[in-house]
Amino acid sequence: MNKNCDIIVVGGGLAGLMATIVACENNLKVKLFTLLPAKRSHSVCAQGGINASLNIKGEGDSPDKHFYETIYGGDFLANQPPVKDMCYNAPEIVYLLDRMGVMFNRTPEGFLDFRRFGGTKYHRTAFAGATTGQQILYALDEQVRRYEYHGLVEKYTGWEFLRAVIDEEGYARGIVAGNINSLDIEVFPADAVIMATGGCGMIFGKSTNSAICTGSPNAILFEQGAKYANGEFIQVHPTAIAGNDKLRLISESVRGEGGRIWTYKDGKPWYFLEEKYPAYGNLVPRDIASREIFHVCVDLGLGIDGKNQVYLDVTHLDEDFLEYKLGGVLEIYEKFMGENPKKVPMRVFPAVHYTMGGLWVDYNQMTNIKGLFAAGECEYQYHGANRLGANSLLSCIHGGMVAGKKVFEYAKSLTKCSDDVPSKVYEQHKQTVVAKFEQYKKMEGKENPYKLHQELGETMTENVTVVRHNKKLLQTLDKLKEFRERFKNIDVLDRSGNANYSLFFVNQLRGMIELAMVITKGALLRDESRGSHYKPEFPKRDDERFLKTTIATYQ
Amino acid sequence: MKIRVKIERRETPISTPHIDIFEVDVDETANVISVLMEIRKNPVTVDGRKVSPVAFECSCLEEVCGACTMNINNRARQACSALVKELGKEISLAPLRKFPIIRDLVVDRRKIFEGLRRIKGWIPIDGTHGMGPGPKVSEKVQRIGYKLSRCMSCGVCMESCPQVNDRSNFIGPAVIAQALLFNLHPTGAMIKEDRYEALMEEGGIGECGNAQNCVKSCPKQLPLTYSIGKLNRDTLIYSIKKLLES
Repeated sequence: MNKNCDIIVVGGGLAGLMATIVACENNLKVKLFTLLPAKRSHSVCAQGGINASLNIKGEGDSPDKHFYETIYGGDFLANQPPVKDMCYNAPEIVYLLDRMGVMFNRTPEGFLDFRRFGGTKYHRTAFAGATTGQQILYALDEQVRRYEYHGLVEKYTGWEFLRAVIDEEGYARGIVAGNINSLDIEVFPADAVIMATGGCGMIFGKSTNSAICTGSPNAILFEQGAKYANGEFIQVHPTAIAGNDKLRLISESVRGEGGRIWTYKDGKPWYFLEEKYPAYGNLVPRDIASREIFHVCVDLGLGIDGKNQVYLDVTHLDEDFLEYKLGGVLEIYEKFMGENPKKVPMRVFPAVHYTMGGLWVDYNQMTNIKGLFAAGECEYQYHGANRLGANSLLSCIHGGMVAGKKVFEYAKSLTKCSDDVPSKVYEQHKQTVVAKFEQYKKMEGKENPYKLHQELGETMTENVTVVRHNKKLLQTLDKLKEFRERFKNIDVLDRSGNANYSLFFVNQLRGMIELAMVITKGALLRDESRGSHYKPEFPKRDDERFLKTTIATYQ
Repeated sequence: MKIRVKIERRETPISTPHIDIFEVDVDETANVISVLMEIRKNPVTVDGRKVSPVAFECSCLEEVCGACTMNINNRARQACSALVKELGKEISLAPLRKFPIIRDLVVDRRKIFEGLRRIKGWIPIDGTHGMGPGPKVSEKVQRIGYKLSRCMSCGVCMESCPQVNDRSNFIGPAVIAQALLFNLHPTGAMIKEDRYEALMEEGGIGECGNAQNCVKSCPKQLPLTYSIGKLNRDTLIYSIKKLLES
């Protein structure tokens, strides 16, 4: 191809920014679409750190060990060649971030410091205080700002992805996007598109995810023919603060330092984890802890104050010790709950935390739609059935790097560029979206979209998270079909032509209901227990029948 | 717990503002975001008018993204970490005043990011290909750098600064602190002169009136006045040197 290629990146988190940087290094011009300024993307929430086997403490760690633990942790569903590449690339990624100025913690000699994380014996996790994701996100955002300054990046902030433009030969040729403030719907031609739109925790109503993690772009692409893989694998973290608006993570380290989980039974404190698992006590693996807390609250109805919450108690520990070891975490609790956890036990409950499944991609990060790439939490290939701690930041950056390189090779190989595509193709795609939004604008039914979303979240959280029963999954599918019907009777609430966020939310809600179907049906069909997916009726892993990827297609 | 929420609203940037009052029933753990979420589930005012849901921005809801910044009981802060039980039963919400209004509680904070571009807020690396570790940084520098790197571009410092107003184009405390962050890094320091030049332009560091509101209002306790003081000296030394060398 002769002309300079233009590509589109959707999403301003780690994966999208990294893909943008690498594409720019290859002299591609990038249009970067984000809902909010990139600094406000969900990557900002990651706390713990990023894995890289640099064997900095002389413990004999190696990329091979990292590779093995990632595959084992994912219960053998992750794609092994890309995972191996990721683990071998990890040390260079951490060095790169270091060169970009990420304020990683240092040893007294000035080297990068590493800490231990769940599920490994090695000090493999580089970290920047308790805000590693924030620091890395900012570093990448700054590099993208540099390319913006040099004219290679054009930012479209406040634009939501609404549809991919797919030409008659099946190639992705751009996107249709809507400006959430002006409500303009426009079509943007491009030679390739990289999706990096994150997970879909909002399907569960409240989760540890940000409010923007609706998975709506994935739902749209799924309906347009993209394959969606391993939807049923959703990671649930055992201890989060039960908030009205979201569930905020409370780190595992609280239990590591002596925190105890309990609730009342027959009027007396019941330390159910210690009683049932005397060897591990409160430090049972994440999936078991989540299941037990869920059981106590949902099945036995023994949650504190009759709600879905148990105590995570550190009040028996010395205050100075708590301040020294857990100051940062306890501060979050105090800030958001307005209670001092040194005096009053914390109230916690498991929370949906990470979407392992996502858009199906090949080893080049390309979906089954030619020229449509995906990287980060919105695709499926690095974590299999469960994700290892501190691997999420890594997979986002690695996936973004691969996508940035491969999109260049792809664009170079094209014989026809976006200019050669008939304008009617673009016009048709735009009109499809315009028509859809015109229809939404007229919706004056009885259903409040935010209330319907709350119901969707409650249904999904109750039936499709920690413990899954086929009977309940079947009921959930019926319920989701009912939601689909009720959606038709929605009231869009707002008739304004300016910053009408309800209008966009209605569209997101529609996508969330569709993806909820994919998650639930995947869970129903997988009659085994693997990684985060647990069915008491089928408590064992069944490699003969299920050592395979679930792939959903839309009909 | 029943609370009354007064919200200053505008449908468009040029609409005359009006107040809508809502009564919301929330539990004792509620924050301002969950109050706004309750309102959109039933957007009816105390006088029984059905109105459009209040437009507001939010994302992380744990005070690291900066999106949900607004004036709450006349103080600029994040709505996610503003707890109802600390605010009382009467809560007033208004948009930030120092940024162009988009709608209701939503403002356009693009000028913060433009400021970051002006001061070349980045480390000029050669490329993303493997080149081994970065320059060594001492623990002492890391500690200052880490504090500065937590700035979430929320705009609270600019909201509280008397020098940020319609008659000035002051770049604001947050951006100046970021200039210091990049100058601290050995590679970032390679273009520190560009940053000095940018800060010495109109609307730069010279506009600071030393009111010191910024450092008191910053939700992340950034050493903002320290950063401004340090860069004041640095730019002064730089301009004297430049004068002598010319």
